[in-house]
Amino acid sequence: MVFESLADKLQQTFKKLRGKGKLSESDVAEALKEVRMALLEADVNFKVVKDLVAKIKERAIGQEVLESLTPAQHVIKIVNEELTNLMGGTQSRIAIASRPPTVIMLVGLQGAGKTTTAGKLAHLLKRQGKQPLMVAADVYRPAAIKQLEVLGEQLEIPVFTMGQDNPVNIAKKAVDQALMMARDIVIIDTAGRLHINEDLMNELKSIKQTVKPHEILLVVDAMTGQDAVNVAESFNNDLGLDGIILTKLDGDARGGAALSIKAVTGLPIKFAGMGEKLDALEAFHPDRMASRILGMGDVLSLIEKAESAISLEKAQEMQKKLRKEDFTLDDFLEQIEQVRKLGPLDQILGMLPGMGKLKGLQGLDIDNKEVKHIIAIIRSMTSKERRDPAVINGSRRKRIALGSGTRVQDVNRLLKQFGEAKKMMKRLKDMQKSGKKSNFKLPFMN
Amino acid sequence: MGFFDKLKAGLEKTRKSFTEKIEQLVIGYATIEDELLDDLEAVLLSADVGVPTTTKLMTEIRSGIKSKQINSPDDLKPFLQEKINTMLLSKHYAEATQYAPPVVMLIVGVNGVGKTTTIGKLANYYHEAGKRVLIAAADTFRAAAIDQLEIWGQRTGSEIIKHAEGSDPAAVAFDAVQAAKARKVDIVIIDTAGRLHTKANLMEELKKINRVIAKEVPAAPHETLLILDATTGQNAINQAKLFGEAVALTGVVLTKLDGTAKGGVVIAINNELSLPVKWIGVGEGVNDLRPFDAAEFAAALFADK
Ligand SMILES: Nc1nc2c(ncn2[C@@H]2O[C@H](COP(=O)(O)OP(=O)(O)O)[C@@H](O)[C@H]2O)c(=O)[nH]1
Ligand SMILES: [Mg+2]
Repeated sequence: MVFESLADKLQQTFKKLRGKGKLSESDVAEALKEVRMALLEADVNFKVVKDLVAKIKERAIGQEVLESLTPAQHVIKIVNEELTNLMGGTQSRIAIASRPPTVIMLVGLQGAGKTTTAGKLAHLLKRQGKQPLMVAADVYRPAAIKQLEVLGEQLEIPVFTMGQDNPVNIAKKAVDQALMMARDIVIIDTAGRLHINEDLMNELKSIKQTVKPHEILLVVDAMTGQDAVNVAESFNNDLGLDGIILTKLDGDARGGAALSIKAVTGLPIKFAGMGEKLDALEAFHPDRMASRILGMGDVLSLIEKAESAISLEKAQEMQKKLRKEDFTLDDFLEQIEQVRKLGPLDQILGMLPGMGKLKGLQGLDIDNKEVKHIIAIIRSMTSKERRDPAVINGSRRKRIALGSGTRVQDVNRLLKQFGEAKKMMKRLKDMQKSGKKSNFKLPFMN
Repeated sequence: MGFFDKLKAGLEKTRKSFTEKIEQLVIGYATIEDELLDDLEAVLLSADVGVPTTTKLMTEIRSGIKSKQINSPDDLKPFLQEKINTMLLSKHYAEATQYAPPVVMLIVGVNGVGKTTTIGKLANYYHEAGKRVLIAAADTFRAAAIDQLEIWGQRTGSEIIKHAEGSDPAAVAFDAVQAAKARKVDIVIIDTAGRLHTKANLMEELKKINRVIAKEVPAAPHETLLILDATTGQNAINQAKLFGEAVALTGVVLTKLDGTAKGGVVIAINNELSLPVKWIGVGEGVNDLRPFDAAEFAAALFADK
């Protein structure tokens, strides 16, 4: 396993402690060590980790956690909340100038993805009804101008070029041109540069002075390590940035760099690149990033969703039934419907930690058609059949298949699945007997 | 400037943030305390040495204290230097044997790490060594990637094989290897599109390129180099693992070491992967590539001003 999720680790840490009864402060301290390491493994900046862990500690040592029957969940919740706070809570947009054109300048290190992002951003704004002009001001990297021209052709968006002319000049002429062509957005692609390269940083300052961009956005690779903060701070000190665009988030980078930049510079993350295709630029969601850094998928929003979709009484009733072992196909049907309320199944799976990464699940399409079939099949059964599936013989199977518009194989498969589900629930129930009871359980997923 | 000085200059930022921080730290403490060790751990972690490797080094330091090998803060730096030295030098990799030409090199890595630039630098290196070099534009995906490689071809006097943008990269590789055989070229270097290691279909594409080459030249590709950006954090390890599952990597090229203060990832790579770092990139110029020598790296890392 490449990364064990922090959430998993905390569960294990606390499980080890279960035998001791209540948690002590040192138990929590032990868990916080894990939190610290996990954050560092996710490339969160060292100093940021230090502050964060201190804050989490303050909250986690409180009574609430120490007396909780599920301390791990509590700590995870606190960590997640603190991370989300750091990420800046709400979504942040780009400012559109009252007098067009709005000038946007993209800056960053070499290879961060500026040119592709210029294309994606132009495309996004075009779809919102804007008329962007892209400007090729990377005169250093071989074929960078050509790259932007090709993107412009693909997107049917004009590109302003002046060969290897001076970038300050290019930017100035481009804005003039935008005014003449009545383009309302100008996106300037600049050459990648090291934050420590004074000459090249001065070049950016000159562009800034000359065209006064409304938005200067730093493009940052989500895989960046501990240096991310230094890079962002230097660019910000020299240029006064307006925000960050995070790229390559479609990989498995945990993205601690993003969090650190936000924490240290206070700059909002405005967009995230989620793929190579030109439409793969999305608005950034801070809360999702927090869960990702924890390696826990979007499990918290899943739990929230479940809590709002499924009433607690229903869930408790279901548990009682399970305990009495009189779980029927009716209950099975009800469970399926409850889970369906949560949304498309593949999305739900995507929210579970580790699921997205599992190789076996890639390409596996848990489409709702199959679920609809199951519902139709159960609905075509008599209530006697639902209570006691053992009575369902060959001719009944045929009838049910006909009634539900499915095939006999489908009915057979469902009955088999139900049998297995029942067996599994019995096993889980036995396991629960030995462990602690938790107050809320998701149907199906336990 | 001698070679060692150039290397030192390239690693200046790393050295500064690493050695100097340790030195400052040690001055601040009269005795070895927990806080000192915590701060030392912080220096390692913030240089991108990574959690597993840092934990290993800290364990060694703690046992060094117990066994009285370390008696005062002043002993820490030499002790750490020795441990890192051992870490960097403990693995021995077989020398690349001499193959009958054409020697085929496949260049892989995620987007923007410096694959194409590194190929330009490698082509230059071999050209200057008197070799006949052919480069293959098998990044048919990214806009103008072919033009970019072509410019490097012109700069370095290399022949190039290219197809249209969007064509099958394996076909480009095939043509390149065939042409190399016909034209008695010494070295073929194949550029590939950047791809995230998590994309199964793109990793399949790499395997296909590999198969096609192997069919034409037995034992090829002789060298499959993973390009890693030194600015990358712990994800570098994931990249190496997953690329390694798709194709048999023979080494790593670490680029952009001129920019980052965090060359510590070299230590992590050495400790966590069984892959030698073969080259390091220290700039965008055609000469900004250096063969990596672990002993020299270790020396440069701990060098005095
Ligand atoms: N400073 C610095 N920049 C580099 C180095 N190697 C590559 N680059 C730059 O990184 C950017 C991406 O390089 P490129 O070769 O196009 O990456 P590819 O997408 O992997 O082929 C370009 O702007 C290069 O000039 C290096 O060693 N140091
Ligand atoms: Mg390339």
